[in-house]
Amino acid sequence: MLPIKQGQAAIALVCIVLGFMLAVQFRTTQDIKSTVPFQRIEDISQRLAQTEKERDSLMEEVQSLRKSSNKEVLSKEIENVKMGAGVTPLKGPGIVVTIDDSKRQSKTGENPNLYLIHDDDILKVINELWAASAEAVSINEQRLIASSEIRCAGPTLSVNNTRYSPPYEITAIGDPKNLENALKMRGGVVETLQFWGIQVSIKKLDEVNVPGYKGTFRFEYAHPVKEGE
Amino acid sequence: MLLPIVGLIVGLIIGSLCPISIPQEYAKLFSVALLAALDTVFGGLRANAEEKFDNTVFITGFFTNALLAAVLVYIGDRLGIDLYYVAMLAFGLRIFQNLAIIRRYFLKK
Repeated sequence: MLPIKQGQAAIALVCIVLGFMLAVQFRTTQDIKSTVPFQRIEDISQRLAQTEKERDSLMEEVQSLRKSSNKEVLSKEIENVKMGAGVTPLKGPGIVVTIDDSKRQSKTGENPNLYLIHDDDILKVINELWAASAEAVSINEQRLIASSEIRCAGPTLSVNNTRYSPPYEITAIGDPKNLENALKMRGGVVETLQFWGIQVSIKKLDEVNVPGYKGTFRFEYAHPVKEGE
Repeated sequence: MLLPIVGLIVGLIIGSLCPISIPQEYAKLFSVALLAALDTVFGGLRANAEEKFDNTVFITGFFTNALLAAVLVYIGDRLGIDLYYVAMLAFGLRIFQNLAIIRRYFLKK
């Protein structure tokens, strides 16, 4: 349809080359997009080397600590375990929470139990304290340990098999601000208790004393598992 | 008009079948060469439309343009002058101009 035919062959030839170049360029661009940028590779490999170095130094530290296993380390560990088990009296900053029964008279037909403190109220408070990373908690001079029970026993509360009647004083060591905020959280445990007129007072103190667990540990059924078994 | 299109398709097929890939550092040069080639082809089409087509001018123009563009960009890279954009702009403008002329020719016909 074009008047000059002789150019067509040349254009066709050039078009072949052009098409070839287009295809190659297309693939090259695709390749560049799919390969991870060089800079990134360098970055990551550097970080890997650094982390490996860190790991090696930490491993060395572990080994040297294991080798030395000197008395200082051992006694410190025992101290820690004892503190965790709750057999040593502890002191430190913390809060004292005093909880007493409601003074409100129950209306006729209303369950008077609603205005009394129950074990689950105390448990909720304790749970909140642990959640706010309290390090040691006691109720009325009874240190709470792993096997401590908090249970209604008639009108009284049984903690570590010792009975207490209200008011209950809960002492917790930890960041006083954190502990207080955890309890006073909106819609939290204190708000719920106060709804029923139960008296809750929280005191932040620079130093509170938490006594140690005075009972003995008895293991009738449980036996330690030896390593490698 | 049919032959160039067939040529283009054949070239595309050959290119996509050949497992050739340009190294990343030369990709820039190649893209400029490609643009130059594209420009030459449009120039050829325009010359054809204006009935001033010359085979030798076209063929030599195609290769020298592409090579010169790549070399220019390479030198620019060495000297720290971004001739890449200059080539892009020049060729891009020319392509659009040629396209406009071709379009007008077809409209007039």
